[in-house]
Amino acid sequence: MNPSTLEIPCEIPAEPQNPVEPFLRMDRMPHIWCPGCGIGTTVNCFTRALLDSKANLDKVAVVSGIGCTGRVAGYANLDSFHTTHGRAIPFATGLKLANPELQVVVYSGDGDLFAIGGNHFIHAARRNMDLKVICVNNLTYAMTGGQTAPTTPAEIISATSPYGVFEPAFNLVQLADAAGAAYVARWTTYHVKQLARSMGEILNKKGFCFIEVLSPCPTLYQRRNKMGDGLDAMKFYKQASKVRHGAPTGECGLTKAGEIVVGKFVDRDRPDYFELLRSQMTASLGERYAEPEVMCSEC
Amino acid sequence: MHADPKGVLTGVHFIDGDHACCEGTLAAGARFAAGYPITPSTEVVERFASRIPTVGGIFIQMEDELAASIAIQGAVWGGAKAFTVTSGPGFSLMMEHIGYAAMTETPCVFVNVQRGGPSTGLPTLPAQADMMQARWGSHGDYGIIALCPNSPQECFDLTITGFNLSEEFRVPVMLMLDECVGHMTEKVVIPEADRIAVTPRRYTQRVPGDFRLFEPRADLVPDMVRAGEGYRFHVTGLTHDERGYPSMNVDTQDRSVRRLLDKLKPLSDSRAIFEAENLDDAEVVVVSYGITSRVAQRAIQLARARGVRAGKFRIISAWPFPERHIRDLAGRVKAFVVPELNLGQMVHEVARAAEGKAKVIPVSHAGGSVHNPEAIVKAIVEAAR
Amino acid sequence: MAKGAVAVTVERCKGCGFCVEFCPTHVLALSSAFNSKGYHPPHVVAAEKCSGCDLCGMYCPDFAIFGARNAR
Repeated sequence: MNPSTLEIPCEIPAEPQNPVEPFLRMDRMPHIWCPGCGIGTTVNCFTRALLDSKANLDKVAVVSGIGCTGRVAGYANLDSFHTTHGRAIPFATGLKLANPELQVVVYSGDGDLFAIGGNHFIHAARRNMDLKVICVNNLTYAMTGGQTAPTTPAEIISATSPYGVFEPAFNLVQLADAAGAAYVARWTTYHVKQLARSMGEILNKKGFCFIEVLSPCPTLYQRRNKMGDGLDAMKFYKQASKVRHGAPTGECGLTKAGEIVVGKFVDRDRPDYFELLRSQMTASLGERYAEPEVMCSEC
Repeated sequence: MHADPKGVLTGVHFIDGDHACCEGTLAAGARFAAGYPITPSTEVVERFASRIPTVGGIFIQMEDELAASIAIQGAVWGGAKAFTVTSGPGFSLMMEHIGYAAMTETPCVFVNVQRGGPSTGLPTLPAQADMMQARWGSHGDYGIIALCPNSPQECFDLTITGFNLSEEFRVPVMLMLDECVGHMTEKVVIPEADRIAVTPRRYTQRVPGDFRLFEPRADLVPDMVRAGEGYRFHVTGLTHDERGYPSMNVDTQDRSVRRLLDKLKPLSDSRAIFEAENLDDAEVVVVSYGITSRVAQRAIQLARARGVRAGKFRIISAWPFPERHIRDLAGRVKAFVVPELNLGQMVHEVARAAEGKAKVIPVSHAGGSVHNPEAIVKAIVEAAR
Repeated sequence: MAKGAVAVTVERCKGCGFCVEFCPTHVLALSSAFNSKGYHPPHVVAAEKCSGCDLCGMYCPDFAIFGARNAR
């Protein structure tokens, strides 16, 4: 992927436009994310990926759940849906099935997608539903004040684990892999180029695609654990990350201060839900099978 | 607009209410359903799963009712007419998403084939104990439309009405069947497609940039849109302004949430759907709905034979409650008798609308079977005293 | 002349420091000036070293900075 380059004559004009702005609802800026939060960084990467994939933006829809990352839908200048907690994926499923021409991106947080939304995640992966799921994992429930999430590593202090988390944390890439996702990658908000590249790859890949992005939550996670601010988290990501493409996802668990395995772990071809549906129906019904026209054109 | 013939099984059928409801969805133009198995509703989606691949659409059995109730809304915003089907326990699970549909003004249909409750209750036996829940089950202030068929024929007809109303008012519609109506087999006549009126989705005529997804027309209902057409619209469950942007302040809350209720007001008045008989000389009016109205019909006959001037007010649109009609009647009858397969739900609405101008007598039944007509006759006779 | 240049929308900056830290050629530093919210936005301290790679733009969570290549 070529990094997007902007050629402008001689000098930057007096009122320059940040290339990310056409992708944002500028009438809703400034956003609500804290100083040093990485969600905005992931949005930059997503913007680059959309630009480079030359996607028809009228056909891209973003579906979010509830949480800090869930607010992405509200800021994206696309057909966007801010749904209920944990249910972005089933909403996105219905949206995609009604109009398969849409590129449906689910953009949500770790708690939303894997606690309350966990059941929906595994079934959509199982079905290989053609959805692109971007999970910003800040290891906490940030919006509500930093409670323990299924991803919060052991020993971390949180609002609901004031004496330290003791539950084992989910390994999201392993979960996605085991559930059948066609594409599984993990990056951090330090890895902006690689993240943008991965996002571009999933925009061009059929099937259930999952990217986990580790991101700082300075206000709650970092502060409560005396881990500094967002920049300290970013430096930690830089220092502790090891790129291991193709690593067995079971070996990619995260701990409080240990190594962060990043990279693309799974990239396989499986028939997606539509292909399976069509194949089974035509085998059973032959000529009698009517192509689904779910979207009612005149109604 | 008339029904698309692809979905209309024209003819004279001998089918049960669940099956008739499914045919109603197809005739209404539904081409997407998401569901989860739950007795006594499952046949609706089983039939849909069997019919839709040759009609042209999709059924997906989701992993739970939470998923089903929001998948249909995703499909609606993708441009489909969509519905889901459930019974008590699943209805409870769907409550958050009914509220989401109301808040985002997503036209869709929820079918509840009511069974004995609470909790697991009586999976295979009838009740009408979800009526209040249909109206109030989700949190916050919002309104819905609820329709109560009392026969397999009405399961067909009112399903179409339900879809039409949901498009007209941009609101989720509850089809409140019960196990008896759902599992009773009767003659169902499905006419030719060109004799079935279907309300088209009120897509906006405005161009992108000039369109606001939550800006109401004069009838207080906003136009609709679907994803993929360049409108770059935003839908959120947060309190939002006319643009659909979160606007969490007192003024927006008042304006937007009030409108969710105000837009449905015609249904409590001129647009209420009901069946009235023998009201002109009535001294006692039996107010009933669903399967109980069939028993009530018999009870009214028996009461008349015993000299009581009993009249029938059969509620078909239960929510918004047809309060103007009850209020008008209350001024000129002695009493309302309200038999229900529950321990008193719609009777409270009747009492509220009657404003003390007539007695209101419940004939409650905890569910599991239908009333014995004599129980209703007894109440009618006593009310007339 | 430098290969690139940056543009900063000062009022959006929340002083997180990502751009300063991750600019590969150390073009930026947080200034001692304040924007109206009290944050120190970045300013260019080594303009000639800017390649216009726009890594600063990709890192910035507040969409407050971007870099661009100067055309020859």
